[in-house]
Amino acid sequence: MNWAEFFAMNGYAFYVWGSYGVAFLVFLVEIMLVRNRRKKALRNLRLMRDEMGENRTGEAA
Amino acid sequence: MAINWFKYSAPTTFYGLAGKLIPFFAWPAAVLFVVGLYIGFFVAPTDAVQSEAYRIMFIHVPASILSMFIYLIMAGYAALGLIFKTRLSAMMAQALAPTGALFAFISLWTGALWGKPMWGAWWVWDARLTSELILLFLYLGFIALQASIDDPRRADRAGALLAIVGSVNVPIIYFSVKWWNTLHQGSTIKFTGTSMHIAMQHAMLAVLAACWLYAIAVSLARVRSIILEREANTQWVNALEEVRQ
Repeated sequence: MNWAEFFAMNGYAFYVWGSYGVAFLVFLVEIMLVRNRRKKALRNLRLMRDEMGENRTGEAA
Repeated sequence: MAINWFKYSAPTTFYGLAGKLIPFFAWPAAVLFVVGLYIGFFVAPTDAVQSEAYRIMFIHVPASILSMFIYLIMAGYAALGLIFKTRLSAMMAQALAPTGALFAFISLWTGALWGKPMWGAWWVWDARLTSELILLFLYLGFIALQASIDDPRRADRAGALLAIVGSVNVPIIYFSVKWWNTLHQGSTIKFTGTSMHIAMQHAMLAVLAACWLYAIAVSLARVRSIILEREANTQWVNALEEVRQ
């Protein structure tokens, strides 16, 4: 079996690669979304902390 | 020996534990995907009836199994949260829902791409397919319901009720091929043995294990963000190394 035959999947290439392609695209997108969610959560926490810090110095002055 | 079982049910300790556990699930998942697909495409023989199209099975079946199992685990966590009022249980249910929804989507998508060449239709309103579509809607409903309620504790309660009531759909999906005369074939893997070639079994089991480990890793990663979001006003979150930077 050569590579061209392998990729042709005996005429079922669209169905087979369409299945695996979308499945792994879904996994990749999910991993990216989870990473972004963590970055966003940490950014919000730092923002909240900085704002609180400013308020505190404001009170002191 | 006294073990404090509730120690890791506190978001405080679980946040760190989850972070340490993720690589132990993520890396084996990646390896098993490669091994499973290698066996599935290069070792498993061509099917006598379905030719090469049957190879969709190696992702379709694991994704379908996971979509059902994750729902039950999600409903279990939701129920625990409802009964014991543990904060982490509700967060785990919330973390599992998107992953379960994605597996339900992959199940339906690969099923459509398998149905077209084999049955001649992308979709039929068959008991198995319809109940799996309902499962996807239950996941989306759970996510939307939780997102629509501002008070997190009320959102948890409402989501938990939906998740628990919706879990009756899972046995319906599983037994649909027995209870009704459906176009979808029955289970190939049974407790009494299977009718599949041994290499096909190995490929499917490897991808199934990979999907399990992937689901655990990605849910643990997501629950860590959910903990940060929901415990944002606590001292321990603000004392974390990654926040203080």
